[in-house]
Formats: sequence, C-alpha cells, structure tokens
Amino acid sequence: MITTDILIIGAGPTGLFTVFEAGLLQLKCHLIDALGQPGGQCSELYPKKPIYDIPGYPEVLAGDLVDNLMKQIEPFQPGFTLGERAETIERTEDDFFIVTTNKGTKHKAKVVAIAGGLGSFEPRKPEIPGIEKFEDKGVAYLVKEPEQYRDKRVVIAGGGDSALDWSIFLAEIASEVHLVHRRNEFRGALDSVEKVIELKKKGKIKVYTPAEVNAIKGGDRLEAISLENVQTGLSTEIDCDAFIPLFGLSPKLGPLSDWGLEIEKNAIKVDNTLDYQTNIPGVYAIGDVNTYPGKLKLILCGFHEATLMCQSAYQRIHPDKKYVMKYTTVGGVSGFDGSKKEAPKAVVKTLD
Amino acid sequence: MSDVTLHITDRRGELHTVEAPTDMNMNLMEVIRSYEIEAEGTVGICGGMAMCASCQCYVESEHALDEASDEEEAMLSEAFHVKENSRLGCQIPITEVLDGLKVTVAPES
Repeated sequence: MITTDILIIGAGPTGLFTVFEAGLLQLKCHLIDALGQPGGQCSELYPKKPIYDIPGYPEVLAGDLVDNLMKQIEPFQPGFTLGERAETIERTEDDFFIVTTNKGTKHKAKVVAIAGGLGSFEPRKPEIPGIEKFEDKGVAYLVKEPEQYRDKRVVIAGGGDSALDWSIFLAEIASEVHLVHRRNEFRGALDSVEKVIELKKKGKIKVYTPAEVNAIKGGDRLEAISLENVQTGLSTEIDCDAFIPLFGLSPKLGPLSDWGLEIEKNAIKVDNTLDYQTNIPGVYAIGDVNTYPGKLKLILCGFHEATLMCQSAYQRIHPDKKYVMKYTTVGGVSGFDGSKKEAPKAVVKTLD
Repeated sequence: MSDVTLHITDRRGELHTVEAPTDMNMNLMEVIRSYEIEAEGTVGICGGMAMCASCQCYVESEHALDEASDEEEAMLSEAFHVKENSRLGCQIPITEVLDGLKVTVAPES
C-alpha cells in the first residue's frame, strides 16, 4: 500500500504543479498515470509544439514545460505509479481514500486530486469483426513485453511512429514481421522510415500498402489475418501468431465516470467559488478534467486551480492548524530531500 | 464581413443549419463545438492541432476547399471510418467560400 497526503490522478502539467504547491505546505504527493511517462498530453501528443500562453514564458515547447515542472517539483520527491490506470475508489472508516489501479496497486490518502485531463489514454481499436475475441489471444494494442514475440510471426498495422518503431524492433526477434498500412506513405521520424525501407529490402519486414486488415481467423487463438489491398480490392491471407494494430491513443474518462462524481459534458463538476472540490468531500478535480461556469481548458488555469485546491487540502489534512500563505521570495523552498532554496540576503552596509 | 450558412449533419443523422462568422478566425471544428452539435469532449479533443481525428467530417458539397496539409493527410491515414471526402474540421477555416457547405460529422472512434 502506497500512502501519501495528496493522491494525484494524472501526471500532466496540472498534476505536476500540484506537487509543488502541496510541497510548499509540507504535504507529500503521489501521482498515478496511465501513460508510461509524466507530462500527459504535453509529452504524449505534442512535445515539440510551442505554447505561447504560459505566464512568464514568451514561448516554451510542451516537452520543455514538462521537463521544467519535473525539475521544479524534484525537491518534493513525488512518487509515481506510471503505466497504470486508476480504477476504483473507496473510503475507509477513518476517512481515508483507497484508490486501486487496473494492476491492483493500492494507494491511500486523505485527499484525492483528479487532474485527469481528457481522461486516460487508451489505444484506439480498429473495427474488425470479432477482434475482441482474440484480445490477449494473439491480438494486442500495445507492445508490453517484446520478448513474447521471439520467433513468432507478427503482423503490425498502422502508419505512424509506433508502427514503424515496433516493426524495426521486432524484425530482430520475430521470425516474420508484416507491416500493413492503408496508405503508401508512412509518417514517422526520417530515420525510422529509412530503417524500415532498409529492412524491407533485406526481406526482414514485408510491407503491404495500401491495405487494410479486414478479417481475423482462428480457433482458441489467432491463426491468420486477411487483408485487402484498398486499390485493387485483392485479398491476401497471412498466417500469423500475433496481430498488433497501432493506431494511436485516444483519451477516455473511463472508470472515473463510475466513481459517483457529478459529471456534466464529459467533465467533473466542481465548486469553483472555493476550492475545486467535487460532490465527494475530499475529492477534488483540477485542470482540463473539471467544469464550472466559465471554465477554460488552459494549462495556466489548471495551475491556479491546483494552488487553491492545495490550501483546501491542507485544511482537510490538518483541521487544527492555521496556515498563513508565505511568498516563496520570503520563505524560500524547503525540499523533503533536505534542499533549501532561498533569496540571497541583501547586503546592509554604510556607504562611507 | 458576413456570416456564412453551414449545413452540418450530426452523428445521429440530424441536420443543423447554422450561421458561422468569417471574421473570428474560427474553423469548422470550433463551429461544431460552439453550437454544441456533438457532446462536449467528443470533438476537437486535441484542440485543433490535427493530432486526433475526433473532428473528422465528410464534405458532401462541391466547395473548393484548400488542400489538406501533410499533417492532416497523415492523421487521416491513421484514422478510422475514412472516406474519399474525409477532412479534419479543425483544418477548415471559416471563410466566405464556405457558404452553403454541407458536411456530416464522422462517427466517434
């Protein structure tokens, strides 16, 4: 069981900044995110895109913003449960919350802050009849353990970076790699595209374009897929042990919608007059995941919401303590790692 | 500048005829959102960067639209339910040439 003061669901910019504001109040944080790395959309969707409306930054790349936030919160030693999706929430008798992930990891905290953005990123599944039947029986939407494809016949579908990169990687360990894409062009980093061309020439990857997988065959397990050339209409059947469709990720509110939270327009309703608390006392929602009159889904609004939320969380965790907000220019920043940052003292001296 | 009239069929098949301004730097995805033609959070998920295909539309009239950019083409090549006349709404700026445009919002995926 992981215990912390504030359990943050979602490690995007809002979730990360919450660690800083909580840290100033000497509260510890732990973050859960379905993605394998922190940063949320900023890292997953548009790391190389510039953002122009972060106060104090005329221009900052989304990926750099995440790096800076990670550096800013480092002294507060946040914990991370990455690659797992928060699945269920329960309240204990002594008024703590226990949040369990899809992999069974349990987290206990007095306060839960949902900073889930648009939801957790789930793989987009192609509509091929009967594909669900073969999930985990040859069909996978993510490559979790590449070793399981050793000496196997693998079909990959998709035309983006992940389809290219996994084709290259698996070409070394699988016995056969077939890459199917709807267009003749592939979209990916130049060196990945060149590598695939090279492997294709060597016969290590067989490429089928413009084609789509339209049927899956097998008994208990996947045995073959059938694809159709979208130009000629000709069908080809490929005997295979694994089929990996890689069509990107799309965000889904998912299990959060079963937590008893008040939901409006695919977002969680909060009290914006005070502290961004949801209808469940002790559960807050901040950043893109919440809604209230006049809501704007901007990173800078998420930062503000996180800051006010932490004040309320402090009161909930320490009901008997009085807290007076201190400027970082006055109080400095004292990390849980023993580090201390503060403004240098001015020199006071007579001028003669 | 004047408004243009757009005929947008939603995912349930209902037709919405709406007025859209040409002087507010809007795109088709934003028009769909501002009139709440589809449920919030199901269109324009990436905010208009051509990085998801949640605003995919089928263009059903003969309007001369600007060609799709490489980024839009790349996104459409990975999207589902793509047809010959598929476009991303976020990549279609609202200008006077769009007056009378007919589109249908593609299914959610």
